[in-house]
Amino acid sequence: MSLYEKNLHELHDMLKKKEVSSEEITREYLNRIKQTDDKLNSFITVLDEPAIDQAKKADKIISSSDDFDPLTGIPLGIKDLISTAGVRTTCGSKILESYIPPYDASVIKKLKAKNAVIVGKLNMDEFAMGSSNETSYYGTVKNPWNLEHIPGGSSGGSAASVSARQCCVSLGSDTGGSIRQPAGCCGVVGMKPTYGRVSRFGLIAFASSLDQIGPFTKDVTDCAIMLNAICGHDPSDSTSAKRDVPDFTKALLNDVKGMKIGIPSEYFIDGIDSEVETAVNAAIEQYKKLGAEIVEVSLPHTKYAVSVYYIIATAEASSNLARYDGVKYGYRTEDAKDLSDMYFKTRTEGFGSEVKRRIMLGTYVLSSGYYDAYYLRAQKVRTLIMNDFRNAFEKCDVILTPTAPTAAFKLGEKTSDPLQMYLSDIFTISANLAGTCGVSIPCGFTSNGLPIGLQLMGKHFDESSIIKAAYAFEQSSDYHKTIPTIPNL
Amino acid sequence: MEFEAVIGLEVHAQLLTNTKIFCNCSTKFGNAPNENTCTVCLGLPGALPVLNKKVVDYAMMMALATECKIAPYSIFARKNYFYPDLPKGYQISQFELPIAEHGKVHIDLGDYKKTIGVTRIHMEEDAGKLVHDGVGSDPNSSYVDLNRACVPLIEIVSEPDMRTAQEAVAYLKKIRQVLVYLGVCDGNMDQGSLRCDANISIRPVGQVELGTRSEMKNMNSFKFIEKAIEYEIKRQIHVVKSGEEVVQETRQYDSHKDITLSLRSKEHAHDYRYFPDPDLVPLRIDDAWIEEMRSALCELPDAKVARFVEQYKIPEYDAEVLSSSRSLADYYEETVKHIDAPKAVSNWIMGDILRELKNDKLDINECPITPKMLADMIKLITDGTISSKIAKTVFEEMYTTKKAPKVIVEEKGLVQVTDTGAIEKMINEVIAANPGQLEQYRSGKDRLFGFFVGQVMKASRGKANPKIVNDILRDKLKG
Repeated sequence: MSLYEKNLHELHDMLKKKEVSSEEITREYLNRIKQTDDKLNSFITVLDEPAIDQAKKADKIISSSDDFDPLTGIPLGIKDLISTAGVRTTCGSKILESYIPPYDASVIKKLKAKNAVIVGKLNMDEFAMGSSNETSYYGTVKNPWNLEHIPGGSSGGSAASVSARQCCVSLGSDTGGSIRQPAGCCGVVGMKPTYGRVSRFGLIAFASSLDQIGPFTKDVTDCAIMLNAICGHDPSDSTSAKRDVPDFTKALLNDVKGMKIGIPSEYFIDGIDSEVETAVNAAIEQYKKLGAEIVEVSLPHTKYAVSVYYIIATAEASSNLARYDGVKYGYRTEDAKDLSDMYFKTRTEGFGSEVKRRIMLGTYVLSSGYYDAYYLRAQKVRTLIMNDFRNAFEKCDVILTPTAPTAAFKLGEKTSDPLQMYLSDIFTISANLAGTCGVSIPCGFTSNGLPIGLQLMGKHFDESSIIKAAYAFEQSSDYHKTIPTIPNL
Repeated sequence: MEFEAVIGLEVHAQLLTNTKIFCNCSTKFGNAPNENTCTVCLGLPGALPVLNKKVVDYAMMMALATECKIAPYSIFARKNYFYPDLPKGYQISQFELPIAEHGKVHIDLGDYKKTIGVTRIHMEEDAGKLVHDGVGSDPNSSYVDLNRACVPLIEIVSEPDMRTAQEAVAYLKKIRQVLVYLGVCDGNMDQGSLRCDANISIRPVGQVELGTRSEMKNMNSFKFIEKAIEYEIKRQIHVVKSGEEVVQETRQYDSHKDITLSLRSKEHAHDYRYFPDPDLVPLRIDDAWIEEMRSALCELPDAKVARFVEQYKIPEYDAEVLSSSRSLADYYEETVKHIDAPKAVSNWIMGDILRELKNDKLDINECPITPKMLADMIKLITDGTISSKIAKTVFEEMYTTKKAPKVIVEEKGLVQVTDTGAIEKMINEVIAANPGQLEQYRSGKDRLFGFFVGQVMKASRGKANPKIVNDILRDKLKG
């Protein structure tokens, strides 16, 4: 078994026993990236030399201590909207093609403090707007399980890179499903923590009230380790929660006896792929066998979630993206007659069509005369959706649903129909609107060999329960151990 | 038809915090361009605002001082518009649910007093500034200086309660006075620490509905504000009288030509697309915090005036002048502590001290004469050591040399002559030298008494005690 096939906790054990060095691991991953990324396009920027330097630094710590952080010396990838000092951070956009942040995001500071090794910046839908990674200015990421299929989005590079073992773990961000949906598409574990759990400082905003950073990992154990590393209050982020962070690895118990798992009928709708439904139903049966109690719950406002989301998210985005004006950083048009011409041309040339579509939508819903009918109304429905979850969680510990209605669709299949594309996130959007946590874990494969994702959602700040449930399922299955075979390697 | 004006003011006051409203950058004025900036106030991707508590403290102090109701729950909103001095493409301000509402300010116009309503006070960040005209390396470029971006402001919005330019100026002066009293703003209009927009409309006297208003932007002196409003009222009356309609627009005052010019019409008004800023949590203020701020308030101008009248029995006019600034009031009270002569002290401060300071463009804090020195000098007058006339000389000397009044009196030999023998001798000499005048006085020309007093004082070089001079002279002239 190659080093790159190993999980984070396995590599940590080897490092502890001095069986391998971080440099060796890092070189192996960099080599893997070199071999595979022509096909996958997961990375926008690969940090060969800096990664080796970081690995050497980690090795010094490892050689002088037996008690180092589980992330020390572990190669990881970062979605290219998390600011990294001195390393360009493009957000998948032309408008930030040349932007090099002078500072590290708070999560990056945490990872660097643990001497993790950053191997590169990962491809994504432009400004995290997309469900297929096809809106990236830097080209589409391919699904490692089938190169003709999408990897999901917007954190497509983060999902594909872990799935294809180009890095051990990665960070993504989830605004409406952008971690869970690609994790489902690529057959890895992807966790969106509770809103406020992970600092957003340095995360380039798409929709501030929905965005949340989270990890992609090969298994649930690694997910718990990653959460331990990145969660916690940050005084630089006013929306960061002042909450104690538990040791999430304590939830790795392989015991769901008596746990109440809620199944919302609203999530098993027409249009859900039958293979997905079958796999999810099988997972429900598995939980019964493991001793969990299955209860029916209702999330009655689910049908409004996509509409509400596309009002709130675009409204916030229209304002968040106003700063890309060609004045201070990033792309500026080359010929402008005057200031307003410079604004128009810079933004017309710098943004892709999906981003422009959402800026226009958001500008419209916030406009005077429309605000009450759209934005304000959407906020009210958002409250109803939150209440749905509050009520449902009175009956259960976690909520189980499919991650997405279908497995990864084909590249180009939905690019001409934005509404169809938006429905890819129909099962994941509610957790963002409600601010709860959710994780996608692999629960099977379609007949075409594409992974199917199972979503578990938890109460606010109760990531432990979904880790517990996810871990028990994982221990009773092999899906997480299957590695995609990338053709013609 | 007679018209009346309806005026409301929006006052922006820069708060005197050491750091900016949403980051830790310095607010120091005059640093090199973009020296006071960081990831947050540069609007870098991913940077987030964190509210400076001091800004809330200061806003609350002003709210309490203007009798506003402080909101237990208020929110920050984004005001969206594009301009190169606005790095994020939006300004963080408050829109719905500001920190304070429903206050009032009392103004005194001399002939009458009036209460002006305060609609609301809200907190916001300032924008940066653009620098043109070839200051940088490229003469054809404009440059952006973001030192001022994210500097804390409060906006104080009045009700449309003012009817004349004079009322507007009195209101603005009062707002400025209270801000400076509280120490939350330096009130400096030249540097833009205090800026004022005015909404002006006219209507026939007796009509309740408001007319269409124009907004006058960024006027930076009391004089210009008064002139601009006066001009704008006249202009609007002229428009209506010529059978036309006032259009809603933003106008700007041109101080060189003393006219107002249209800046942009309503059709071109911005749609700011306000919405709650998702990067900031709602601001919750409990009673304990409000009480903490209330107890931190200093005595405010109105209360001080009332107390001065009551405690020192000085006229209200004196009390108002002395209370015009906290430091002047402190100076007065310090002086009165040293000498129990409240009216005399008031006269000296309002007259000589303020005149000298004005000539030298000094603040009372920079006055060369300390309250103790002033009190000592007044003591010398009341105990008869020097005359009021000599005191003027002592005052001038004190002001220029900062020497104690006693020292000046001794060095210059200014002690009043109270020795009756010496004075009698001088009087005899004066009478002997002016036989003609004596003759006339004795034949009934009483007015010449003053002439003789003057001659004696001149002979004594001002030092003779005037009362003794009068007494002896009256006797001697009788013959």
